[in-house]
Amino acid sequence: MKRREFIIKSVTAGATVGLTTLPLFNIIGASKKSTTSVKYDLVAIRGGEPDVMFNRAIQSLGGLSNFVKPNQTVVIKPNIGWDVVPERAANTNPILIKEIVKQCYGAGAKEVFVFDHTCDEWSRCYSNSGIKSAAESAGATVVPGNYEKYYQKVDIPKGINMKDAKVHELILDSDVFINVPILKHHGGAQLSLGMKNLMGVVWDRQYWHRNNLHQCIADFVTWRKPHLTVIDGYLSLKRNGPRGVSTDDVITMKTQIISADIVAADAAAAKFFGEEPEKIGHIKIAGAMKSGVINLDKLSIDRIKL
Amino acid sequence: MNLNKLRTVRIIISNIILFLTTLLFVELSGNYTVSFSDYVLFPQFIPSLLSFLHNPAFIASGFIIILVLTVLFGRIYCSFVCPLGIMMDLILFVRKKYYKFSTRKKFRFTFIKSYNLIRYSILSATFLLLFTGVSTLIVLLDPYSVFGRLITNFIRPVFIGINNLLVAFLEMLGSYSVSPHILYLPDFWVLSIPFVFLIIILFFTLKNGRLYCNTICPVGALLGLISNFQIFKISIDDINCAACGVCETQCKAGCIDSGNKSIDLTRCVACYDCLDSCPTEAISINTKQPVKVLKSNLKTKVKGRRSFLISAGLLTGTAIKTIYGQGDTIKVYKDSTIPEKRTSPISPPGSISIEHFISNCTACTLCVSVCPTGVLQPSFIEYGIEGLLMPHMSNKIGFCNFECTICGDVCPNDAILPLKNENKKITQIGKVKFIKENCVVYTQKTDCGACAEHCPTKAVKMELDAELNLRVPIITEELCVGCGACEHACPTKPFKSIYVDGNPVHQIAEKPKDEKLEIIEEEDFPF
Repeated sequence: MKRREFIIKSVTAGATVGLTTLPLFNIIGASKKSTTSVKYDLVAIRGGEPDVMFNRAIQSLGGLSNFVKPNQTVVIKPNIGWDVVPERAANTNPILIKEIVKQCYGAGAKEVFVFDHTCDEWSRCYSNSGIKSAAESAGATVVPGNYEKYYQKVDIPKGINMKDAKVHELILDSDVFINVPILKHHGGAQLSLGMKNLMGVVWDRQYWHRNNLHQCIADFVTWRKPHLTVIDGYLSLKRNGPRGVSTDDVITMKTQIISADIVAADAAAAKFFGEEPEKIGHIKIAGAMKSGVINLDKLSIDRIKL
Repeated sequence: MNLNKLRTVRIIISNIILFLTTLLFVELSGNYTVSFSDYVLFPQFIPSLLSFLHNPAFIASGFIIILVLTVLFGRIYCSFVCPLGIMMDLILFVRKKYYKFSTRKKFRFTFIKSYNLIRYSILSATFLLLFTGVSTLIVLLDPYSVFGRLITNFIRPVFIGINNLLVAFLEMLGSYSVSPHILYLPDFWVLSIPFVFLIIILFFTLKNGRLYCNTICPVGALLGLISNFQIFKISIDDINCAACGVCETQCKAGCIDSGNKSIDLTRCVACYDCLDSCPTEAISINTKQPVKVLKSNLKTKVKGRRSFLISAGLLTGTAIKTIYGQGDTIKVYKDSTIPEKRTSPISPPGSISIEHFISNCTACTLCVSVCPTGVLQPSFIEYGIEGLLMPHMSNKIGFCNFECTICGDVCPNDAILPLKNENKKITQIGKVKFIKENCVVYTQKTDCGACAEHCPTKAVKMELDAELNLRVPIITEELCVGCGACEHACPTKPFKSIYVDGNPVHQIAEKPKDEKLEIIEEEDFPF
C-alpha cells in the first residue's frame, strides 16, 4: 500500500505523466450499475470479424461510453498466456484488443493499460501473440505482469477456499476493468473463459491449483467483477487447451459474447462450446454463490447475426 | 610503421572486444546480441579450440589465427583479445590513475622472476587432462570462461540492479516503459568459485600486474611457450639503450630486465607499453635475435599455496549439497509425501549428451546470461566433479521455452549445438515422470491440470477418470521433450507430482499427432 500512496502523492504533486487521480473508493466491491438504461444483459453475436462484431455488439449495451467515462483509466486483461501465434487460438485475438483500445480512447479514456501474468516467458508471449503491437498501435500502454513487485495483497472476505490474493496494481488502480478472454478448452478447468482468465491478474496461481481450482476461480469473482467481459470466440481451441498443440486443434466460430455479468458471459460461452454451464465446476459454483446468473433464460439477450 | 602507434591500436581493439564481450553477458533488452555473438567470440582461444575439436569448421578456426599471430608477434591474444586480460589492464589503468592522484608520482612496475614450475605444471596438467577427456582444469582456468563467470555473477547483477532502480523511478512517474529483471542468485557454492577467482585475480593484478597470466593461466603459458619462437620480436637495442629503466617500470608483465637489457618473451603479453615509454627509442620489433634473451633459468621457488587453496576449496565444496525451502501458508492443501527420483541432471537442448556437454563446456555461463526464462542455471556438482559449474536445466526456476533456441545460438564451444526450431521441438532432453500419490487430483479429489496446461506437446494430458469423475494427468513419455513446464507449474510441495528426469543421451521425441478437427457450420445460437 505504501508505494501506491507514494504514487498518489506524486501524482497530486503534479509530477506525473501517467497514472492519475485514482478513485480508490469505487473499485473494491461490485462494479457500479450503469446509469444509462440498457435493454440487454448480454449480447451474443456471430458471423463477423472480431473488431466488426465488437463494434456492433457494444452498441446493444449503449456503446462503450456507457462503461468508459472521459478521463478515466482503463485496464484491459486479455489472455496472453502463451508464446504462440494468433492462429493457434491460445491467446485473445489481437484485432479485437486493438479495437477495444481504440474505442476506449474514443470514449475519452485518459490511459488504457494492457497486461497479463503469462505462463510462457512474458516478452515472447506479448510479441508473438500480436497483442503488444496491436494494443500499442492503438495507443495502449502494455505493462508486464510477471513480476511480483506489481502485485498487492487484497482480502477476499466472501471467498471459501481463498481468503486473500496478491493482485496486479493496475486492477487496483484503474477506473475501468475490461476482461477479454478467448473461448477455449482447458484440461484442468474444463473451459477457459471469463472467470478463468482472471487467474492472470493474481500472482500465485499454484495456490488455486492446490486448493480446489474451481472453488478458487469462483472465490475470486466475489472480490471483484470486471465492468465488462468480452469473450472472444472468433477462433476457438477445441481440445488440448489451454495451450494447444497445433492449428489442428482450432476451429473458426466467429462468435463473441459481451456482458457486464462475467458469470452469464461464461455460461453463454460454455453453450457456444457445446457444454452445459452447470457441468463446468467454477460456473456452477459462481452461480450458486450468486456472483452472477447462469440460467440464460432469466436474462435479456440480444442475439445478432452478421 | 610507426611503432608508437601499436599501443594505441592495442588499446582501441582491446576495448572494443571487452565492450562487446561484456555486452553479450549483460544485455537485458531482449537477446539482441545473439545475432553477433559468434563473431565477437570467434577469436576466443579455448572455446574455439574445443569447438574445432568437435567440428573442424571455419567458424571454429579462431584459435588457429591466434596461434599464427603468436608465432608472428607473440602473445597478441593476451592483450588484444583475452577479456580477462583486458579487464586486468582496466584495473591497472584505474590503479595507475589513483596512484598518481594520491601520491603525485608515477606508478612503477619492476622486473619479477617467473614461477615456471607452477606455470608449466598447470599448463601440462590442464592439457593432459583435457586430452584424456577431463575438462575440469580447463573449465576452471580458461580465461574467457573465468571472465564470463565474473561478469555473470558479479557485474550482470549490478546492471540488473541499476535497471530495476530505473524501473522503480519511472514507475513513480507512472511509466512502465522499462521492464524489471529478476536476479536469480546461484547458491553459495556455485558463487564461491568465481568469488575465489575474483579475489585471486585482484590480488595478483594489484600486486604485480599480469602475474596471474604468467603464473596461473594455462593459455598464457601455452602462448608463452610458442612466443619463444616468434618471428617479430620485441627487443632492446644495446647501443641505443641508455639503461634508464623506464621500460621496466612500465611493464605490467614484469618481464623486462632493464639491468640486463633483456625481455622474457614467454611472459611478454604484447601490450606495447614499453615501445611508447622508451625515451631513446631503443625498443623495437624486428626479426633479429635480440642481444640477450633472458633464458628462464632463474631458480624458481615453488609456491603451490594458491593452487592448493583452489583445490582444497573444491574438495570441501563437494561434501555439501544445497537444500531449498518454500514458504507460503497452506490452508486446505496437505504436503506431498513422495520425493522425486532423479537419476540424471538435464543438459540443455543441443548438447547431444551429458558426455558431449561436459567435455566441451567451459562454464563461461553465457547461455545462463542469455536464457530468457532463467531455466539454465550454473550447477555445482550435479554433473559430477568433471561437470563443475556447468549449466543445467533448473525447472524450479523456469522451464525451457518451446520455441527458443538461444543457448545453442550463443554457445562458443559447441557444447550446446545450434538447433533449428523444428529440430529443437522434437529434441528430448529428459522424460516426464508422474507420482500419482503426490498429485492434488488424487489427494484432494479436485481438478487441477496445471501440468497438462503447460505441456506444449501433450505428453501430459488430462483424461477423465471414471472412478474419481475428475480429469487426471496421463503421461506419454514418447511425446515428452523434457522442457520441464509441467514440473515448474505443478503446485504440489515440497515434492512435485510430475517432474522431468534427464536423458544422459538426448533422444528424439515423437511428433504429436492429432486429426484435424471437422468444422461444423453453425449459424444459430445455442441459447
